[in-house]
Amino acid sequence: MVRLIRCIADNVVSPLGLDSRSNYDSVRAGKSGLARYESMGNISTPFVLSRVDRVAIDALCGKLGIKGNYTFFEKFLLCSSVQAVREAGIDASSERVLFIVSTTKGNTSLLGQPQDGVSDERVLLAKAAREVSRFFGNPGSPLVVCNACISGVCAQIEAMRALRSGLYDYAVVIGADEQSPFIISGFLSFKAISDEPCRPFDKDRRGLNLGECAATVVLEASDEIKGGWELVCGAIRNDANHISGPSRTGEGSYLALMEVLKECRRDELAFVNVHGTATAYNDEMESIALYRAGLIDVPVTGLKGYYGHTMGAAGIMESILSMYAVRDNTVLATRGYREQGVTYPVSVSSEIRECRGSEFIKLLSGFGGSNAALLYRFVE
Amino acid sequence: MERRELGFVVLNQGYVSVNGRELEHEASGSALLTELYRNHIADWPKFFKMDTLSKAGFVASELLIKELGEHRLGSEEFAQGRAIVLFGATASLCADRNYQETIQDKDNYYPSPALFVYTLPNIVTGEIAIRNHWRGETSFYVTEAPDAAQMAFHLACAFQDQVTDIILAGWVDSSRNDDFQAFMTVVRREDAADTGWIEGQLKRMINILNNK
Repeated sequence: MVRLIRCIADNVVSPLGLDSRSNYDSVRAGKSGLARYESMGNISTPFVLSRVDRVAIDALCGKLGIKGNYTFFEKFLLCSSVQAVREAGIDASSERVLFIVSTTKGNTSLLGQPQDGVSDERVLLAKAAREVSRFFGNPGSPLVVCNACISGVCAQIEAMRALRSGLYDYAVVIGADEQSPFIISGFLSFKAISDEPCRPFDKDRRGLNLGECAATVVLEASDEIKGGWELVCGAIRNDANHISGPSRTGEGSYLALMEVLKECRRDELAFVNVHGTATAYNDEMESIALYRAGLIDVPVTGLKGYYGHTMGAAGIMESILSMYAVRDNTVLATRGYREQGVTYPVSVSSEIRECRGSEFIKLLSGFGGSNAALLYRFVE
Repeated sequence: MERRELGFVVLNQGYVSVNGRELEHEASGSALLTELYRNHIADWPKFFKMDTLSKAGFVASELLIKELGEHRLGSEEFAQGRAIVLFGATASLCADRNYQETIQDKDNYYPSPALFVYTLPNIVTGEIAIRNHWRGETSFYVTEAPDAAQMAFHLACAFQDQVTDIILAGWVDSSRNDDFQAFMTVVRREDAADTGWIEGQLKRMINILNNK
């Protein structure tokens, strides 16, 4: 029989809170981490960003016993994963535990600003991930998933597969990205960043905001039904269309959705948590993919108005908040949305809505033509 | 069970071979990629926009797919079953350095979207998917070094997606514009269960790369 994969612990560290519960409560109350910046480093164009307070991260590291010469990115990964691993109560130093890190840029800020006592090698993503697995005394080689904006969903899918293979009993899946001038200047050069809080699916949407978050899920494989959050399935598909723009037909997202719908009990589907970056192309593409997949009437919700686009963390944090929302019978409000601005009228709202059902789909898409979807189910 | 050997391509800045048969060439460094493109591909001008990582991955994939024949591994109808799973240690570090130069100095600040787009290693998987019209899984994993056992394990995992029947798999690395390493092969669903055998095949490619 196929091994069942359960999420047994989770953590979110962001400007809205240092654990999952406080993040969920903040979002439910309508709070946002987005703020306007007039400049940063050599960047002189204004932009809106959700940025984590460095002092708060250092204080949290102190509280959690994370000492050593770490970069901000490594501390960010550690302060989320240490909390989640403690909650899970597992021995993370076992070879039966796999560490997977989801990130797009890792320690890339070291290229512009080297750090005393930190080897240049740590710009290599697997070297940074090794700092984290070494902290836990884990003997295995950590895997880094680097699939642009969909990395956080891909990392959970790969963890699920590795656990089903039987080689591991637990996977610690951690996602994070630091919003350095590297990423911000790049998205500004694409003219993809809005200088106001983003407006997913809105007719006046003007682009995305970037954001910082670290998020962790601890997944467990078991041969029997134990109850709780099951990661049922996931799929990754490519548009085969363009490296920096989504498909006009939503092909990859549509195919990924159709794949996870094979396992979905439609009357139990509470909502689809979409990417919803608030760029003109992304939201339009998602509306087409949802329509083609027959999901136009299912409630849709996006979290970028609270967090911005948190890159490597997005797929993990947005999955965790969706778990809390399903248990709360709630479709979280899509902050920033006012008036339908996509061709196919997806069921999106600026207000909190009630819902029923025990399943949700998390959908992401990104550069490289990549798209991914996964299905979680709560089992009593 | 007797297995046919996997077709494979090995490539670095001064060496290129297909199924262990070395191809003649004159250039080295990034000029080698251009020479291989002109002599063996020639019909995909997007090549000239790519960064070194994408060029190396693209050229390796083209040499391999041409060698395999089989109508470029299938028609549109099977597009969802064709996956691309690549590994590397440096990821997009070469492109990262090139882009960083454009934002480092206040007096010489000109961030380029054309460079920035390549600061993601999975772009090479997208380039290959576009060329072949493949709509299956595309994944890029970063590990510390090419490790045949680790790669074989994650390739076997990829076949847990029941739609996937063929994976273009390999290693692509580039830390400087004139410095790159790649090997690429094709793994079929019927071969994937024997991870020990896949591991042996990958080990052979890693050995060739390490000795060149």
